[in-house]
Amino acid sequence: MSTQIPKQTEESSETEAETQPASKGEERRAEKRRRAAERREQRQEEEAEKAAADDSTVELKVFRYDPQVEGKQEPRFDTFHVPFTKGMTVLDALMYARDTYDSSLTFRHSCRQAVCGSDAMFVNGGQKLACKTQISDLEEPIRVEPLPHAEVTKDLVVDMEHFYEQMEAVEPYFQTDEYPDGELEEQRQDRENREKIKMSTRCIWCGACMSSCNIAAGDNEYLGPAAINKAYRFAMDEREGEEMKQKRLEIIEQEHGVWRCQTQFSCTEVCPKDIPLTEHIQELKREAVKNNLKFW
Amino acid sequence: MHEHDVVVVGAGGAGLRAAIAAQEAGADVAMVSKLHPVRSHTGAAEGGINAALRDADSWQDHAYDTMKGSDYLGDAPAVEALCQESPEEVIRLEHWGMPFSREDDGRVSQRPFGGLSFPRTTYAGAETGHQMLHTMYEQVVKRGITVYDEWHVMDLAVTDEDDPAERTCHGVVAYDIQSGEISGFRASDGVILATGGMGQVFDHTTNAVANTGDGVAMAYRAGVPMEDMEFIQFHPTTLPSTGVLISEGVRGEGGILYNEDGERFMFEHGYANNDGELASRDVVSRAELTEVNEGRGIEDEYVHLDMRHLGEERILDRLENILHLAEDFEGADGLTEPMPVKPGQHYAMGGIETNEFGETVIDGLYAAGECACASVHGANRLGGNALPELIVFGKRAGRHAAGEEMGEAEIETGRSGNWQPADYEFGVEVGETGGSGAAAADGGAVVSDAESVVGGAVDRAQERVDELLSRKGRNHAEIRSAVQETMTANVNVFREEGRLEETLEDLREAREAYKDVAVSDPSRTFNTDLIHTIETRNILDLAEALTMGALAREEFRGAHWRKEHQERKDEDWLKHTLISWNDGEPELWYKPVVLEGENKTYEPKSRSY
Repeated sequence: MSTQIPKQTEESSETEAETQPASKGEERRAEKRRRAAERREQRQEEEAEKAAADDSTVELKVFRYDPQVEGKQEPRFDTFHVPFTKGMTVLDALMYARDTYDSSLTFRHSCRQAVCGSDAMFVNGGQKLACKTQISDLEEPIRVEPLPHAEVTKDLVVDMEHFYEQMEAVEPYFQTDEYPDGELEEQRQDRENREKIKMSTRCIWCGACMSSCNIAAGDNEYLGPAAINKAYRFAMDEREGEEMKQKRLEIIEQEHGVWRCQTQFSCTEVCPKDIPLTEHIQELKREAVKNNLKFW
Repeated sequence: MHEHDVVVVGAGGAGLRAAIAAQEAGADVAMVSKLHPVRSHTGAAEGGINAALRDADSWQDHAYDTMKGSDYLGDAPAVEALCQESPEEVIRLEHWGMPFSREDDGRVSQRPFGGLSFPRTTYAGAETGHQMLHTMYEQVVKRGITVYDEWHVMDLAVTDEDDPAERTCHGVVAYDIQSGEISGFRASDGVILATGGMGQVFDHTTNAVANTGDGVAMAYRAGVPMEDMEFIQFHPTTLPSTGVLISEGVRGEGGILYNEDGERFMFEHGYANNDGELASRDVVSRAELTEVNEGRGIEDEYVHLDMRHLGEERILDRLENILHLAEDFEGADGLTEPMPVKPGQHYAMGGIETNEFGETVIDGLYAAGECACASVHGANRLGGNALPELIVFGKRAGRHAAGEEMGEAEIETGRSGNWQPADYEFGVEVGETGGSGAAAADGGAVVSDAESVVGGAVDRAQERVDELLSRKGRNHAEIRSAVQETMTANVNVFREEGRLEETLEDLREAREAYKDVAVSDPSRTFNTDLIHTIETRNILDLAEALTMGALAREEFRGAHWRKEHQERKDEDWLKHTLISWNDGEPELWYKPVVLEGENKTYEPKSRSY
């Protein structure tokens, strides 16, 4: 079965459209629009039927919720049948479903190439970036849900505010007092040090790690893997200098910082950019201990 | 109503840099973007940032390369500003902590790129844009600059004098995607458009789904001319199935292009006997499609890009991201096999007409980055010149808008100086179809006080949203895909008169269809159906202007190839194409290119690589 817009809203907007026309021209246009809409609905139904009957289609069960729209206020799952094409990703399938069957199907997406971090979602029970998850790698029916442990705004869209706040809580910007003398002179950084921070700089703020973390789920103030990784990126960057490193270690050692991590590796497992998040957290713990001993 | 000194629309590279510059110049700045800043498509840029950093290099050489690459349609004052200021801006990024790739001595690495006479492309692996975007957003966080993210700017608030040159921009009107609230943003010192590319005009593009050219379309309807819209860069190496970009860095590091017969066609078929794979992008894209059209393509569609001989160590060090992209989006392993590539829409050289400070003809309205046309890139952009444009012209626009004294501009905007009307008859009607348009200026009494101008824009936007949500009609998606199909089929790398005319007709039909467009999702919460429907209107305006410019320009220059006109005609065409909305009746006109630089004039030469 494919899903259409909830019946109730369709009926109500139809009556509105019928009561409005005044002039003959408007009536004619309204009639034309009505016929076009009928044709479109018919075509959608045909496509849906064809798709359901066809072996080469994929079945998706997609979470739906809208706080404002009648019929969607109670969360539900809608089923879509999408014709499979080689190389199709979960994002491709969602876009097809939206553009063909139901334009109200809502999800964030932009770059389609795993760098903007917009489309992290819960696919068959795991945090994934929809754009780099191949349909052919998944068991059917494919269950697509919003990221767990975040407030759902609508359908697959979650509120990211809390994630952004945690990211910004670790002073996520480069700080140093010592710059080279010449105006056109860069700071030197050896290749090893650049390599050391490389993986940590690949974070795309998708929120998959935070969503997968049990600790973050239970402790709303926990900085979470992404923010700690951001702190790691600066703490390990030798260009900032020793003094800043002290300050950075103090930030991540706070009550809801690195010591909350219980090394479950769930963040590392779901990270679409393969960042060794747990290792980074562990390394910061070690640095913090070393640092504290130094001042004992 | 929100009030700020400077409002920046868009939060990619140009927008972030503009906001930082305006704030440093003392302005209260707000950024308004339909995406959270880190989602911006600057993050997808891979290759690098050109900057003449080293003693053996010079900004003059960079400027010469850029002018030649532009096929002499760049304006020298803008080109020279880019090349003079890029080095200090790159070092500034480094001082902000950007993790550039490094040499053994700890200095920033540089690599060769197409069309460059010196290896001057600085980079961070093959993820330079991602690192640049995040580094600049970090600085915005540090400075506490206000960001309204997931607010879609629907229109500019501009006065409605008859002559666009007399109009003033007082702010913008934006739709809060989260709540459905429409709000005015008053900008007492200036609005800076930094809305990026327009790749969604085509269907095979490296651009993001969000790149719908909103800023260009808004400025156009408010009276700012669009400049050189026909010049679209088709990048030679995109993955065939998705359009995902494979960086020019692969060829810069030594990657080789082969056809089906295993020939290194760039040399063996004489497309670029000196530079081969590292010829300018327009040259390589045409070469690839010629190979395919003459039957030497693989699966009649693409060619191979081979980097295996570079060795695993070098690839992992400098191009690791390419391995991930080729594997995730094409199932190809770049370490053990050649990667399939074909040309794809990548970049718009044209856009909102500005001078070298980012000013448009409308007072208080600026543009910077890909949405703007100063013009730095002319008829063809060199690889590695887009990112420096973002930081150099973002900074310039930000400072100017915040009121810093920057001297007299040398590039003129609007119909001043030696402009000339076009005498080209389009066989098809263009422009507004009547009905549910969104014309900014509609005659009547001139309202000039800022509050009323912004208030009026808010009311019009509210009416439009209410109408789209309440009525019944067609879904925008089929209209958008019809536009993308005809543009990709006919306004591509190779262009013919008859097929361009066909596209203008298709676009006319699409405009007619758009009159009946409606949004079926009635929700005020995160209504992406509504946002996409509004974007599709912008796509229509841009596609039409692009095709008009392509039809009228009867020559072959840079990225613009015409079957009937196989040569560059400097006597007639050393001039920019401009298209004015003219309240719904688009007008085509021209203005001369500025080839006089600070100390020299760039004489057009034949362009070979």
